Order: sequence, then structure tokens, then C-alpha cells
Amino acid sequence: MRHPSRFVRFRICRRFAVVAVLLLFAAACRPKAGPPAAAASSPPIHATGRANAPTWLPPDDGLWTRAAKDFASTRYSALDQITAANVKTLALAFTFSTGFTKGHEAAPLVVGNTMYVVTPYPDYLYALDLTKPGAPPKWTYKPPISPASQGVACCDVINRGAVYDSGKVFFNTLDNQTIAVDADTGKEAWRTKVGEINHGESITMAPLVVRGKVLVGNSGGEFGVRGKLVALDANNGHIRWTAYSTGPDRDVLIGSGFHPFYPTERGTDLGVSSWPVDMWKIGGGTVWGWISYDPELNLVYYGTSNPGPWNPDQRPGDNKWTATLFARDPDTGAAAWAYQWNPHDLYDYDGVNENVLLDIPWKGSTRKTLVHPDRNGYVYVLDRTSGEVLSAEPFVPITTTAGVDLKSGRPIEVPEKKPQVGKVVRDICPAAAGGKDWQPSAFSPKTGLLYIPHNNLCQDEEGVEANYIEGTPFVGANVKMYAGPGGHRGEFAAWDPAAGRKAWAVKERFPAWSGALATAGDVVFYGTMEGWFKAVDARTGALLWQFKTGSGIIGQPVTYRGPGGKQYVAILSGVGGWAGAIVSGDLDARDGTAALGFVNAMKDLPGATTKGGELYVFSLP
Amino acid sequence: MFSLSPRLRVGLAAVSLAAPLLAGTGKELRVCADPNNLPFSNERLEGFENKIAALLARDLGERVSYTWWAQRRGFFRNTVKAGLCDVVLGVPTGLEMVAPTRPYYRSTYVFVYRADRGIDVRSFDDPALKSLKVGVQLAGDDYANTPPAHALSRRGIVANVVGFTLYGDYALANPPARIVEAVARGDIDVAVVWGPLAGYFAPRQRAPLRVVPVSPSIDLPFLPFVFDIAVGVRRGDDELKNAIDNFLERRRPEIDAILDAYHVPRVDSAAAAYGDGR
Repeated sequence: MRHPSRFVRFRICRRFAVVAVLLLFAAACRPKAGPPAAAASSPPIHATGRANAPTWLPPDDGLWTRAAKDFASTRYSALDQITAANVKTLALAFTFSTGFTKGHEAAPLVVGNTMYVVTPYPDYLYALDLTKPGAPPKWTYKPPISPASQGVACCDVINRGAVYDSGKVFFNTLDNQTIAVDADTGKEAWRTKVGEINHGESITMAPLVVRGKVLVGNSGGEFGVRGKLVALDANNGHIRWTAYSTGPDRDVLIGSGFHPFYPTERGTDLGVSSWPVDMWKIGGGTVWGWISYDPELNLVYYGTSNPGPWNPDQRPGDNKWTATLFARDPDTGAAAWAYQWNPHDLYDYDGVNENVLLDIPWKGSTRKTLVHPDRNGYVYVLDRTSGEVLSAEPFVPITTTAGVDLKSGRPIEVPEKKPQVGKVVRDICPAAAGGKDWQPSAFSPKTGLLYIPHNNLCQDEEGVEANYIEGTPFVGANVKMYAGPGGHRGEFAAWDPAAGRKAWAVKERFPAWSGALATAGDVVFYGTMEGWFKAVDARTGALLWQFKTGSGIIGQPVTYRGPGGKQYVAILSGVGGWAGAIVSGDLDARDGTAALGFVNAMKDLPGATTKGGELYVFSLP
Repeated sequence: MFSLSPRLRVGLAAVSLAAPLLAGTGKELRVCADPNNLPFSNERLEGFENKIAALLARDLGERVSYTWWAQRRGFFRNTVKAGLCDVVLGVPTGLEMVAPTRPYYRSTYVFVYRADRGIDVRSFDDPALKSLKVGVQLAGDDYANTPPAHALSRRGIVANVVGFTLYGDYALANPPARIVEAVARGDIDVAVVWGPLAGYFAPRQRAPLRVVPVSPSIDLPFLPFVFDIAVGVRRGDDELKNAIDNFLERRRPEIDAILDAYHVPRVDSAAAAYGDGR
């Protein structure tokens, strides 16, 4: 494999780059041998400087009011009390047990003197009083929730967090409710049902509030759910618009203002015609990931999931608009443009990962871009005004495609890696869990680097596995995931989106399934599935500090300025999710195909951690 | 404990429906099952798996208690593995999540079509399948699906295929039955469904339906349409597994009688030809 050699080359380079001028750096260290085969078709990168945060980002308020910190989804804090020099003295400030043991993926919020924590099912919302020693609970909101929703969650009964806006905390429940709670009192302001568990729908994503609308997407593509993004009035919970991911243009909210960059995205009712008759009605394209917003362009950006539950052979065509990035007007829902990451997806490559809005100098001018590390293994840089792909470079070894054709915008397929039931296909990289899954990256404008927690997983599909719902057998390929080249299953990588290459990477034994946090102190935080909460040097990746939490970490670290003016860092510990279901769900390690084949790659996780949900908050002494 | 309203049926509800205590041990046979999935099981104990569970419990001198859980993802994780029950009936012997006993029936996927439409499909290779409106049930993501879904797509039979999710709308009774009703109504011409479902629901429709085992029984290289069905027990629970194996051997005639009463098409007996009309 050539990927590791790129790192080696870069490390040698770094040693000589005493003064880290990234531009020179990039030129000097660009791998001469070229990237892996997958990127061979990519033209040279034309960036002429480093990426920066959009100019419209407000000054840092020291709070954390939404999972991604800001509308650009940078997960960057300007707080700088904790630095690369002093982080080694970081110490526990307080802890809080959530009382639950399923996977904890949420980002805690901090608004004023209160911290808000959403738990996995049954989706409790805790408010902790930061003014008191030990931050005791102020109140707990316990939503009425249907236990049946646990049966429609695909992977674990997780919740990715809440959002604060204008005095209310908004969050979703697994059984398809969006709930607004008064941030002071914990009293329910409104509660709206936006989906139906009886149809296989559930919600796991963190909502985003944009211009008075709460944006919420559904989960459940594998049950034949039709994906949608719903906008609710933040004042009263009334549904203002619904944008479906499949079907006729009127349902997808595609109208006269729709101007996609690529010709293959243009046409009438492609959400119908790119499927065999009526198959779009149970076509997937759910919206369970992240939403970003550019207030200058007044566009929200989000991706849709893979198509399901049809076999790929059963759904010839592009299957629009699954595995697609949408840009929409948040006021009306009208689509401005769309770009399909993975037309006719073959590998479960959902397109829902985070879209980080950055400004990048490009061929002499600054482009408003959107940076997106996809399940398919490429970091995309798109022009966020038009949907044009500027670059797509591999951040993991890829065998399923041979690069992204920048003329058509489409990945180049590798026919011999196409799975078929009964056929043995080995070394499918990345595996179904992707080069990365939901775990969100962070961006530091100080370094120009995107910090990507990700996987290093491949899979084999062989033979036929029996399965069933009561009495009714069905079959699937026997999928087994395993560590990709190098033998490690995860990585925490610093990616230069302007240069289109990795600056450094830390190998992890397990998939790096937590979110990332970047800070102005040049310290970057993430957690591991063994339970280590780590602080690394933003410029080198050197480990500066680590703390062993009680359970594996799959949550999203945040930082805030406490009532006393001190900087704190918070993380939820509590292993689970798709990757950690072997622990949180007590799956049988002898059944490698469990959790859609993920258990095979995670057999040693139960020996490394146990389940348990707990908040950890740290500060300098 | 609370009683199950239809709204709550989908949920978990550990409800003990204790049969009268018979001979002896006072132990419970703890069964996990779907409360809304005839002909297999329901909360009114009307399914053939309910009947076989009752027979098994009587044989063991135990009483049956049920934990109801909709058959969706995580069924085994949340039931048998969570320690809520000891057995699940009706699992294919190839299932890796539990230890299967010896099989107690072998059934097949079948074609279901109206007897009054001049249709006579018996094989996936029948060219008529390229033009008839064919319904299949879909189970999950991509490559995990019912065998007919794989068989049709493999033959390029795509444009005329209508999908029904196996999970269906759980607010309605017996969600997987919709596909058979669609044949009776004429919404689709042919359905390809698992035998017991067709055997039970086909005679209950107003229109006359035919139920015909699919051919071939294995699509090469290895796509089976015929499955051996067993009782699933927790891995390592050898004592119970042996006791059930013994029961299945000794009480075979009674089990067969239950399966006959529900018109379960079987390829291990003459019942396989049920509804074939020959």
C-alpha cells in the first residue's frame, strides 16, 4: 500500500520544516510517487494558500449552542487558556452519570450557566447548573417515548445532540418527535411528531435552527423509509415545509431556482426517472447526519443516505437523490442545487457526513467551499455557491473506485469490486462503515487543517448468510469487516483541504468513532473506543495529554468558558453506536456478521472497555 | 405490567400469559415472539408457533410465558440475549445469532397468483415474469433481502417489480400479509413469498389464489428458496436444546397436524403441493 509511504515522506519533510510555512511545506512535501491508484485521475490541486473559516462567523462567545459549534460546522473554539504547553496539567473538574448504557454520541451544550446533555434512548434532557460546585442537575426533561422505537433504530439507540436557540432547547427522540423545551425551566414548549415508527422511521440526528426554523431529518433507509428534511417553526412546532429526498420535483422541492453544476443532475423529476417504476417510494435517502448553513448565501447544506432496501441490481439508474448533497433555501426549502456523491450506491456509502464551510484560495481567487470527507473515502472540496467539485482526494485506501472524475463529478467505478449475492468479493475498501462514518471533523483556522476522526476498515463479502424476521427467512451476503492496510482500524488525521493531502495522522487500534474539537490553544481533542480522551498538538499530532474514561468514547468533545471565566472541555463517555454495538448491545463475538458485519472487526472491543454513560468535564487546575 | 393496546403492540412488553400449570416442575418456558405476525404468532396466541410453543411447554411440564417484541433489527439482542426468554420459534437453521435445534419443518418460497387470470408461473425462468407485475418483499439494506428479490434482479427482472417491505406498516394487523392481499385485489399479478405466509393468507382472500412452490429450489451457485426451520435457543443452552430436539422427534405427528391446519406448504411432505391444483 502506498498510503503509509505518504506519511513517512511527510514526516521526514516535517523534520526540516522548522518554520512551518504551510504553502512551502505543501510544495516540498507533495508525494512524488502520487497518491494511491484511487486518486490517479485527479488533476493537481490548485490551492494557493491555506483554508480559512468563513468571514461571516461571529466572534466566539465561549458557549457551545449547537453540536457543530457554528453554522460553518468548524467545531473550533477561540478559547485559548488550554494550550499545547499547559494541557498536560488538565484535570477532572466534575462528572455526571447519565444513568444509561447505550452509545453516547451527543455533544453537550453550554448556554449561559447551564449545560444540557441529551442521552441515548429514552432521550432524557438534563440541565446541569454550572454555577454550583460539581454542576448538579437543575432539572431533567423526560419525554414520553415509545419503547417500540428501539426496534427501528438501525445500529444503536443513540442521539447526536440538541440545539439551543432563543430561549429554547430543541432535540429529537428516537420515536420521531421534535421537542422544544424552555431552557430555563425545563418545561415543554411544544412537541411535534415528524415520522412514524410503524413505517420504520426513527430520528437520531441533532437538529439545527436556522432563521426560526428547526431542521430535522429522518433515519431508517434500510426499512424502506423515504428520506426527508422537515422544517418546523421554532415558535410553535408547526411543520413549515418538507423536502423529500426521492420522488417528483414537487416533493423534493426542486423548482425554477434549481441550478445544479453537473448535467447529470439536471432534468425533470430525476427522483422518479432515475429509478425503475415506483421504487423511489421506498428508496431511502434519509437525512440522519449533519446540516451546515451559510447566512450570506442563505443556503443550508446536508447529505442524504444510501438507497435502500432494494438490491443495487434491482434499482438500475442513479437513484436520485440518495447519497446526495443538497443546498436549500431554509425559508422555503427550495433546492438551489444538488450533487450526488455516490450515484447508484453499491456499498452503503451514505452521503450524510459533515459539510464544513471554509474559504479556500484557489487559482488566485478565494472560493467559498464546502469540505466533506465522505464514506466513500474521498475528502471533497466543493464550491458551495455552485456545487462544482474542486477536488476529491482519498484519505483512506480505496479499492471500490478509481478516483472522482472532476469533469462529470462522478466516482470512477471498479467493476470487479461490485458485490453480488453468492459471489465472493474481497478487499472492499472502504467497508460499509466508510472511510469515515458520522463522526464529525473539526477545523482550525490557525493551522488551516481539518481534523478527521476516521476508520481504516475493509470488508469481504462471501457466501450467503441466513436471516429472518419471525418465520420469514431472507438472505444476504456474509459481510465481514476487518482492519484495512496497516492493521489499525482507526485514525485521527489532520487534513489540509487546500493542498488535498494529509498533514499527519495518529493510528488508533479501533475506529476513531468520536467527534473532534479544535481550539485556539493549538490543542485538538478526540476520544477512542477504549475510553481514552486525548489532547494532541494541532500542528504535529503529538500526544500531549490523555485521560482514561469509564467507557469507550463515541461522543463529541466541546469546550466552553465557565461562569468563573475558566476554560472547560467536556466529553460524554459511553461506548456503542454501530461500531460499538458489540459492547453496548452485548452482541456475540462469535457471530462476525452481526451489526452488518461490523462485529467481525470489533471482536476485541469487549476486552478493552465496558458500557456506561458518563459526562467528564476537565479544566486546568 | 400493562395490557397491550394495538398502539403499543409494536413495543416491548413482557407480559406473562401463563398457561395452566401442568405436571410438575413449575418452571416457565419463556418464549419471545412477535405480537402481530400471523400465521406465525400474535398476542392472542393464534399463530402456529403459539400452538407449537404450547405443545412444547406441556411436553416439558412447564408453562409458557411470552415476551412480545416486534421482529425488527435487534430482536435477538433485545430478547434472547437480554435474558428475557429462552426460546424463539421459527428460525432458519442457518441463523448464526442463536443455536438452532433440529428442524421441525422445511418450507419453500412460493408463487401466489389468482387462479382466474390464466397465469401458470412455476419457475423464476418463466419468461412471463418479465411482463407480469411481480411483488417481492424487501428486508433490509442492499444485499440482505428475500431470496426472490435476489433471484429476480439477477435475471434482470426489474422494471415490473413492486416492492413490499417485510416490516410493512406495523400499525396494521400482520404487516407481511399485504403482499398476498395485493394479489387478490389485482394490484400485482404474482407475489413471491415465504410459504407459510401464503399458505395461511391465500385461502382467506375473496379471490381464488394458487400457491405454487418456486423452482428451482436453489438458484446456483447458492441462493436457496427452501429453508429448514427450527427452534432457536441461546448458544450454550445445550440442556434445553436437547430437550427440544427430543420433543420435536417424539411429537412430530402433532406438530405436523398443527402445520397442516395452517396450510404451511412443506417440501418434506405432500403438503408441499397445497393449492397447486394438480
